[in-house]
This record gives sequence, structure tokens and C-alpha cells, in this order.
Amino acid sequence: MKKIKKEQIIETVKKLYMEAVVHLPQDVSDALKNAYKKEKGLTQEILKQIIDNEKIAQEDKIPLCQDTGVAVLFVEWGTDVIFEDGEPIEAFNEGIRRAVKEGYLRASVVDDPLFERKNTRDNTPCIIHFEVLKSDKVKIILAPKGAGSENMSALRMLKPSQGLQGVKDFVIETVKNAGGNPCPPVIVGVGIGGNFEKSAILAKKALLRKVGEPNKNSLYANLEMELLNEINALGIGAMGVGGSITALAVHIEYAPCHIASLPVAVNIQCHSARHKEAEI
Amino acid sequence: MSLLKTEGLRLKIETPLTEEVIESLKVGDMVLINGYVYTARDAAHKKIVELIKNDAPLPFSLKGQIIYYVGPTPAPPGKVIGSAGPTTSSRMDSYTPLLLSLGLKGMIGKGQRSEEVKRAIKQYKAVYFLATGGAGALLSRHIISSEEIAFSELGTESIKKLLFKDFPVIVAIDCHGGDIFKKL
Repeated sequence: MKKIKKEQIIETVKKLYMEAVVHLPQDVSDALKNAYKKEKGLTQEILKQIIDNEKIAQEDKIPLCQDTGVAVLFVEWGTDVIFEDGEPIEAFNEGIRRAVKEGYLRASVVDDPLFERKNTRDNTPCIIHFEVLKSDKVKIILAPKGAGSENMSALRMLKPSQGLQGVKDFVIETVKNAGGNPCPPVIVGVGIGGNFEKSAILAKKALLRKVGEPNKNSLYANLEMELLNEINALGIGAMGVGGSITALAVHIEYAPCHIASLPVAVNIQCHSARHKEAEI
Repeated sequence: MSLLKTEGLRLKIETPLTEEVIESLKVGDMVLINGYVYTARDAAHKKIVELIKNDAPLPFSLKGQIIYYVGPTPAPPGKVIGSAGPTTSSRMDSYTPLLLSLGLKGMIGKGQRSEEVKRAIKQYKAVYFLATGGAGALLSRHIISSEEIAFSELGTESIKKLLFKDFPVIVAIDCHGGDIFKKL
């Protein structure tokens, strides 16, 4: 058994959030540099700004993007963890609150989505997906998710008879409709199977994989490649001005599902594909 | 009067925008904007349109001005502004034709616009600029002052008067019917 204090969670979350919004993961950074080499003209100019932006964010110690997102947390909570400091969720939110204050992050959350839409001013609450595992650790993956790309995401309950072609058509249609809005080059997370909400969580989880790392199942890995090629053939390019690289990668996650269902969720991630993890 | 100069491959322009400058801008032109612009995004647009409908005075005169669709991060100590890149413009589409009819001449944002907005841009001789989304740190270096002038209760969505120095944008929709996103 291992005792974990509230303060440890708060400080870990704070640090993860403050670092994630300033530093891109290396694999994302490399993929953008690679895209820069392949493009030309205006598209290349935009990619240059995106690459320079990363350096400037670190020099000036300000976020890469003003949309520091809603913080999405994937938490693996060990069965051998003892937590005696009240509600864990409160500790996670306090970490967000401190990061927003100390890191000068943007408060982008409204309390009521439809009527009052009043800003909570501290970017809480965050969104947490818990999993319970046999361990004495708490693993936290924090992904700040901006609305520009989140708004272009979509979910559809296909009929099983629509099969592979139905899935492909829906993914391509979603990326095509998004056009320049989600800040391409994007990463396309696809969740197939499960049920309505499971497919959405799988799609989000798929975004956390290293850019271009293929699915372990070769059938899905092949589908990832096919979709990437078709998406890049759309010609949307960086910020929608045209180009050969609309997506840096397509990542698929899948799960068993009902005999009558074929849920497909497409979660689009902008080029500022920020996420960071830690273990307590 | 706004001047039109070139610096390398880029055109340098000043706000407020004149008809002469707007007419000279073509899709794909790389432009550096200098002078004052005003920020407004979703919530501020809603409020501006309510003021217009009630015949109430606006926080700033729209004539010849540029609106930048941005909600910056707070300025850390010693800085004028935080990260300040563009947000998705299409969310402002339903408000835009009215603002253009009242003299607004430019907008800076990201992503494609509706057919109605494109028509209004042509009809009222205006221009839509694309700034690089997700490049908020880089773009913030081209903002040399920031003053909140209205709707402070909106937090990041308040209206701010920004002073630009060589703020880099691309002409995305021009007054001649050109649209960089046409293929999409």
C-alpha cells in the first residue's frame, strides 16, 4: 500500500499543465519539421511560423496557443493507493486552478453551457477519465484540448452493414468538413466500437499515442495508413491554404461492441498536440 | 491614410484601412499590419450586435477598423499580452455582415467563412485575413500594447484595443471575390 497526499496530486497536475502548454512533445515537433520540409510557398511559411512559435513560447515562457484548452486527464488509479485527503477530484481541480494562476493560462470554461455561460475564471472543472489498475501508483496523462479542433470532431452510429467503407467515408467526411478550422496539420483520433461514449473516449485516447506509431493490429494499422493517404489527398494543407500534409497521423483505437452497432468517433487534434504525463 | 509599402515579400499596411489599400489586396498576399485593431470573439460579438439593435453607442467606432478574433492568455508580469493567436472565424459569421454594413473593413481569424460573409466582404469592400492558428506566442511579439476598453466581465473575451507592429497575416478573402479556401 502507498499513501498519496492531496498536495502531491495538486502539484503534479499543476506542473503537467504548465509544462504541457509551453512544450510540444518531441514526436509532434519532429512531425511538424518534417511537414515543413515537404511543403512550399505559403503553406511552408505557415509551418515555419508554427515551428518558430515553439521556440518563442519557451523563450518568452508563454503558452504555445492562447487556447490552453479544457484540461483532459486520463488517470490510472492503483488499487494499492491510500488517499485520505478527501475527494481526489478536488485535488485534480486544485492543480488546474494553480496552473492557471501561476502559469497565466486562459480561463476558457463556462459554468452553464446553454443559459448563463458564465466564465468560471479558473478553467475548472477539468475532465477526468479514471481507470482502476492493480498498482500502488497514480499515473496522470494531462492533455489540454482546444475548442478549435474539438468543435470539428464528430460521432456517428453506423450500421454494421456499412462496414469498412462506412467507417472510411465518415472519417474522410469529418476531416473534409473541418477544412482549415481545426488548425491543420491535424492528428486524427478514431475510436471504433464500444458504444456511444466509449467510442468517443477511444478517439481521444488515440490522440495520446506517439505521432505515426501504428496500431498493433495490422488490419487497423493498414486502415490508419489508408486513411492518412486519403486525408492528405484532400489537399487542405496547413491552416487550410492548400498542401500535401493535412494530417500528421491517423490513430485508431477499437473495442468490442454490440451485434447491432458500429459506433465511430472522430476526434480531431490541432497541430498543437499537447500532452504530458507523470506518475506518483 | 494607410500606406502600402513592401518589405521583402510582404506588404506593409496601416489601420484604419482605406478603400485604396483594400482594393489592392489580393488573396495569398502576405501582409504586415501596423496600428490599432480591436479584439472581439463570440460573446463580445453578441453584445455588440445587441447594442446595435438597441441603437446604443458602441465601445469603438467600426469605421475602417479591423477586428481580431482572439481571446489571449493573461499577460505575465513584464509583458503586454500573453499568447494571442486567432480563433475560428466561422463562429462569428452570423454577426459579420451587419458589422461590415456599418463600416468594419477587416477581420483577422482562422478558417473558412460562409457564403453570406464572402458576399458582404465583396459588397462592402472589406478583407478577411488569416493568421496562423496555434502560433499565439509568435504573434504576441507583434502586439506592442493592449488596453481593455469594454466588457471586462467577459474575461478573455473582453474587447481590447491592441497596437500591432508588423503583425503577419495572409489575405484569405479579398474584396474581388477571391477566397484562399475555395477548394475546400
